[in-house]
Amino acid sequence: MLELVIFSSLNGILYGMLLFLLASGLTLIFSMMGVLNFAHASFYMLGAYFGYQISRYVGYWPGLVIAPVLVGLVGALVERYGLRAVHKHGHVAELLFTFGLAFIIEEGVQMIWGKLAVDYRVPELLNFPAFTLFETTYPAFKLFMLLMSVATFLALLSLLTKTRVGLIIQAALSHPHTVGTLGHNVPLVFMMVFGVGCGLAALAGVIAGPALVTQPAMAASLGPILFVVVVVGGLGSLAGAFVASLAIGLIQTFAVAVNVSIADVIGLVGLKVDSNAFAGDLWNATVAQVAPVIPYLLLVLVLILRPHGLMGNRDS
Amino acid sequence: MKNLLRSALAGVAFLAAAFGAQAQIKIAYVDPLSGLQSAVGEHGLKQLQFAIETVNAKGGVLGGQKLEVVGYDNKGTPQESLVQVQKAIDAGIRYITQGNGSGAAIAISDFVSKYNERNPGKEVLYFNYAAVDPSLTNDKCSYWHFRWDANSDIKMAALTNYIKTKSAIKKVYIIGQDYAFGQSVRKAAREMLGQKRPDIQIVGDELHPLAKITDFSPYIAKIKASGADSVITGNWGSDMALLLKAAADAGLQADWYTYYAGGAGAPTAVRQTGLDHRVFQISEWHTNVIAPEMEAFEEAFLKKYGGPNGQRWWYLRLKNQIDMFTNAINQAKSAEPKAVAAVLHNMRHKNALGVEIFMRPTDHSVFQDMYISSLGSGTKYDEEKTGWGWKTVGVIPAADTVIPTTCQMKAPT
Repeated sequence: MLELVIFSSLNGILYGMLLFLLASGLTLIFSMMGVLNFAHASFYMLGAYFGYQISRYVGYWPGLVIAPVLVGLVGALVERYGLRAVHKHGHVAELLFTFGLAFIIEEGVQMIWGKLAVDYRVPELLNFPAFTLFETTYPAFKLFMLLMSVATFLALLSLLTKTRVGLIIQAALSHPHTVGTLGHNVPLVFMMVFGVGCGLAALAGVIAGPALVTQPAMAASLGPILFVVVVVGGLGSLAGAFVASLAIGLIQTFAVAVNVSIADVIGLVGLKVDSNAFAGDLWNATVAQVAPVIPYLLLVLVLILRPHGLMGNRDS
Repeated sequence: MKNLLRSALAGVAFLAAAFGAQAQIKIAYVDPLSGLQSAVGEHGLKQLQFAIETVNAKGGVLGGQKLEVVGYDNKGTPQESLVQVQKAIDAGIRYITQGNGSGAAIAISDFVSKYNERNPGKEVLYFNYAAVDPSLTNDKCSYWHFRWDANSDIKMAALTNYIKTKSAIKKVYIIGQDYAFGQSVRKAAREMLGQKRPDIQIVGDELHPLAKITDFSPYIAKIKASGADSVITGNWGSDMALLLKAAADAGLQADWYTYYAGGAGAPTAVRQTGLDHRVFQISEWHTNVIAPEMEAFEEAFLKKYGGPNGQRWWYLRLKNQIDMFTNAINQAKSAEPKAVAAVLHNMRHKNALGVEIFMRPTDHSVFQDMYISSLGSGTKYDEEKTGWGWKTVGVIPAADTVIPTTCQMKAPT
């Protein structure tokens, strides 16, 4: 039991931190620019593919730096020549713009790299078990993923709280118009934030790509969960995104380990529900089986009960 | 770029087919060609392509007509399968083949039956090379559906017979994909283990979403915690390869009783687990079942389509399908699906191993020898350049795989 708890925690935190790398950029972009970026997960995918391509020429490690920078530049260009042009038509136009962009990126990736998963490998240097606990090994690459995402989180945190740029961004988070009135170059800040947000997503892509299969559907499968994280955490709240990412990572991982169904709970008071009863499959579905739906259940509940999210403090 | 080129080539081929070469007999291959399961889909397409090229190189059928395969991407879902089958029919194709996923298979079989009822004289046949849910040849059987693989219950009976002889097995974990096929594997495993080895404890029984999971670590942690010494799974495609990969990462020491550990990517993952001859599969053939005709054929395939990972031939059943199909056309002296079906209906065939297999007329299911094999070191041929290959540990003669069917087949009038 203890080993299940420990390994589920490790897996859950890892998944949660990965979600946070993506959600942090998404929530920053949303709170500054009011744009709910539907293409955010696509930049994560681009990161993985760029990393893969670079790794084929010069190995994994250079890709870890080059790919996020490249994707960040692509993101900045998208903001400068795409979003900014659409901006004057309002938020709905921006939303639709990113929506279309997500499809374009997916098709583009399929045209360039094909529809099959690419062979993006864990670097040899980290291809060994990091430690053994209760006879279960934990791969070094996963430990690396965990450390990288924690390091990125700390770097982001100090950038936002300790630097001048961070101050401006924080101010723009809560009072974007005032910041503009104070004479800061708000469009430039927007472009930077969008670029850095995309770069962070790409970094997540490079560190997740070898472990989680680099393939054209990876954006579409992760995208919806990101919105859950951002909404549950509170739109525009970095701390909220952090808590929600970890919570969802842990909930999803632990849910897999729980074999209890509604029928079991009813069974405790002596009633028996078999699968022939009305909606029998529903009563007998275990928590493990419904694990993939739990985040969305959470999304719906949060929207009804606490529309601002866990830590959100501002109307959009 | 490769894909652009490929679609361009496909376009040219299509034009060529449209203007002129009317004599082509086309087969629509409806399987996943995108997404997580596409590795398996592409591998199947290459094998079908090669089987057809072999037939064409020998002069085709009916004294010169050539066969042609057209790939349709069903994205692994029943809904999209029907869209693609309709597209194929609209393009004038009368033969459909599909294998990956019983959910899609049941939908296609039903669709084809209804279509044929409404369109007499324009019948379409459905050749199933791998979807093994028992209902396809029992309560949901159809005259227009032909299956070349042994159904899931037959495979489970063989695996559990083998498990019966292994007294070291005490705790078994069952894991599968949450859809028709995964559920029937789980049900059969529970029932048959209960009869043959009531002393075995089933310590886990799990269904996970089909082709969605990229990291199976949470499931492996659970298997590990259950103390299972053996795992039974019907997983295929990415769900098999990634499950084994996660097992390798966690260093899980258990025996695996599988249907599809030979599928694309899975042998590579087995090699990573280091479980030498502890991962078993049940299949109608593997590369180390050596017979002259099949060996030469397999070598030729590897040379032409093996690719950088050295992917070998896997589906003897797909070769059986194409060989029986072409024989049926020649015997019927017609490529009309209805005439071909009448010949296939009760056909006997000597396959590339030199062994006779037969189509049972009551449910259109092929019966053939089945092999239980384990993957490990010291074999003549290896898989995916891992140095490990399949070794036979048990053979079940075709006659012993015949189980009754409830199929009430309605032959056309």
